Amino acid sequence: MRVNCTVNGEKRQADDVWPGESLLYVLRERLGLPGSKNACEQGECGSCTVYLDGTPVCSCLVAAGQAEGRDVVTVEGLEFGRVQEAFLSTGAVQCGFCTPGLVVAVHDLLARNERPSDPDIREALAGNLCRCTGYEKILDAVRLAAR
Amino acid sequence: MTTVDQAVRDGIGTSPRRPDGTLKVKGEFAFSSDLWHEDMLWGATLRSPYPRARIRGIDLTAALALPGVYAVLTHEDVRGAKRYGLEIADQPVLAMGEVRYQGEPVAIVAADHPETARRAAGHIAVDYFELPPVTDPEEGELLRRVPVRTGDPHATADVVVTGEYEVGMQDQAFLGPESGLAVPAEDGGVELYVATQWLHVDQKQVAACLGLPAEKVRLSLSGVGGAFGAREDLSMQVHASMLALHTRRPVKMVYGREESFYGHVHRHPAKLRYEHGATSGGDLVYVRARIVLDGGAYASSSTAVAANAATLGIGPYEVPNVDMEASVYYTNNPPCGAMRGFGAVQACFAYESQMDKLAAALGMSPVEVRIRNAMTAGSRMPTGQVVEGPAPVASLLARVRARPAPPPSTLDLRELPGGVANTTHGEGVVRGVGYAIGIKNVAFSEGFDDYSTARVRLELIGGEPAVLVHTAAAEVGQGVVTVQAQIARTELGVERVTVATADTTVGSAGSSSASRQTYMTGGAVRAACQAVRATLLARVGGAGIVGGKVVNAAGLVVADLAEAIGDEPIEETVEWRHRPTYPIDPETGQGNAHVQYAFAAHRATVDVDVELGLVKVVEIATAQDVGKAVNPLAVEGQIQGVRHRGWGWH
Repeated sequence: MRVNCTVNGEKRQADDVWPGESLLYVLRERLGLPGSKNACEQGECGSCTVYLDGTPVCSCLVAAGQAEGRDVVTVEGLEFGRVQEAFLSTGAVQCGFCTPGLVVAVHDLLARNERPSDPDIREALAGNLCRCTGYEKILDAVRLAAR
Repeated sequence: MTTVDQAVRDGIGTSPRRPDGTLKVKGEFAFSSDLWHEDMLWGATLRSPYPRARIRGIDLTAALALPGVYAVLTHEDVRGAKRYGLEIADQPVLAMGEVRYQGEPVAIVAADHPETARRAAGHIAVDYFELPPVTDPEEGELLRRVPVRTGDPHATADVVVTGEYEVGMQDQAFLGPESGLAVPAEDGGVELYVATQWLHVDQKQVAACLGLPAEKVRLSLSGVGGAFGAREDLSMQVHASMLALHTRRPVKMVYGREESFYGHVHRHPAKLRYEHGATSGGDLVYVRARIVLDGGAYASSSTAVAANAATLGIGPYEVPNVDMEASVYYTNNPPCGAMRGFGAVQACFAYESQMDKLAAALGMSPVEVRIRNAMTAGSRMPTGQVVEGPAPVASLLARVRARPAPPPSTLDLRELPGGVANTTHGEGVVRGVGYAIGIKNVAFSEGFDDYSTARVRLELIGGEPAVLVHTAAAEVGQGVVTVQAQIARTELGVERVTVATADTTVGSAGSSSASRQTYMTGGAVRAACQAVRATLLARVGGAGIVGGKVVNAAGLVVADLAEAIGDEPIEETVEWRHRPTYPIDPETGQGNAHVQYAFAAHRATVDVDVELGLVKVVEIATAQDVGKAVNPLAVEGQIQGVRHRGWGWH
């Protein structure tokens, strides 16, 4: 099948899509946007988080066909700003596989809540797994970006 | 004697940004699962559904008949060695005759879409005859037994505590699944782009299994999404290479999450039986222990894990009489091997539980009994090895004890045991505080020829001095690329340092494991820089490089660094080794097995809902002697990350 959607502000079209493919697969393998990561592909880890019509979602849980006609923003489409900068300066990046999903999730958190408390941050990032950092420097990054 | 440039920016002791950081936050860093090649095929693996079964036949007909399928291969297509392994080559590339654990690879497929490859794998008909699996290690075949004995085996004591402990299997669960791209080369070899911890040990095993000389199997490190020990063994490397060589097409393989759990080794489950004897004053008199480790179906690094458990198994304490045995067995459980802590942490759970029991029996505080028995520099390990480096065990513990207690619970639901499941509003919740200390060896032990290789080139680029560092050290997230550049900056006084992609065109760096890369590859980079500097200084009669100038012994400038380099770049390659270690005696465990030791102390503050058994970890205060922190931010990141893993559920 064919899927048409807007990705990072551009109209994109993917052909020969097998209906079982996820939005994540289409982004990574058909549209040349591998920034969203394939860590669990079952909605547990948040590494594939993208905006779908302005709402953060796990793109691995969105069937490719569900993206038809909709607006997708991936980590590659976010402007480089305080969130990415804070991740770099606090040491919140190690292997970096969780980072794209966290950057999108934190971007969304700060858009909703400019001054999140620690419990707010923990709650907002509860759907994003990181295996390297122990999360402490990720919390530092969010606090810094919110400052 | 020459001086290094302490003033250079982003040198040793600073925390410069990771060179890969910007790409990672933008989603532009190429991990091994992001690779793409024109005309590439996708590989998939058929795995055994049984922990143990005889294979009576494999019928590939239906799989090969699927449109889009290019190859279906079995063990009969393995052209070289049929088995591989880190220590013992006992693991089949593809099952031969019998499968020994659930998830063992049986056949591999290449197709034009990953779903087609998976479906084709499902069309392979394997005729299994199920056999009863061995699941209890004490009924399995012995792989290695490591006794460590010192002092009087019959020593007696005033106060005796015993305990039997069991720790379960743990998984590294790195986020970036096993993946990579194999590209067939014109010379009949293969270019392999993979996420691994040790390129050269992969190269050696892959080449042997493909029946190719090592130089025809060229590996480059792809972006690695975490490792933690789970990438020390091969996963898809030989399979993707076989498919690529067979189809003459590039082949990409990416495990899904469930397959990833089948695709790598785990932490050994263990049963640990301990007896501690002490004087009524609290001095340890003896420790007797038996540790049984479940190695699973294949050896992996089990023999070294057992040695760690045995040699480090009484903890960082002075004990005059020790009777310890750690044994690891083959079973039909999933293979176990390297994971952060590598044999030391299973034992730590037991000996620290024992120290708490002992403190209770003595009526002493758990901290006091630990401090009283803590080893120091000059202490003797139960192996007879003298601890020559610093061993500030007691002071680490005193430091975490002296930390202010965390504030009481706010009673915000999100901060309580059970969280937003709303299981308590504070009733039944009590706060507990526990202490523990641990010991771990650094780098490889028991006489292993452990080395790293670094190539360093100093040249002018656009008229400016620039350094290129090339090693095969695997950047798995820990920051070894950053650290190599920092060391080169300080040693050569040059800010502009590039670290080349790790690959097999330079000598082995050894594994990114055993906390060894900063020390080993850092040591190799330092040694190569020193060789470069010596050549440069000899050229112009200098004694040091400071602020971009070559100076003499009196500190006077003899040349501009750029002038001294001129149009003659200097390149040196150095292999660097730590001091030798030695095998231990197979009967007594005596010997200088380890290079050096690291120590950690923890104070855990935990809120427990005593009615439901739910817990909330409030804080873990940690103190470690890290030696010289080459990159303080990265050191913190390592400690925080591994501490989180030590919580147990992680």
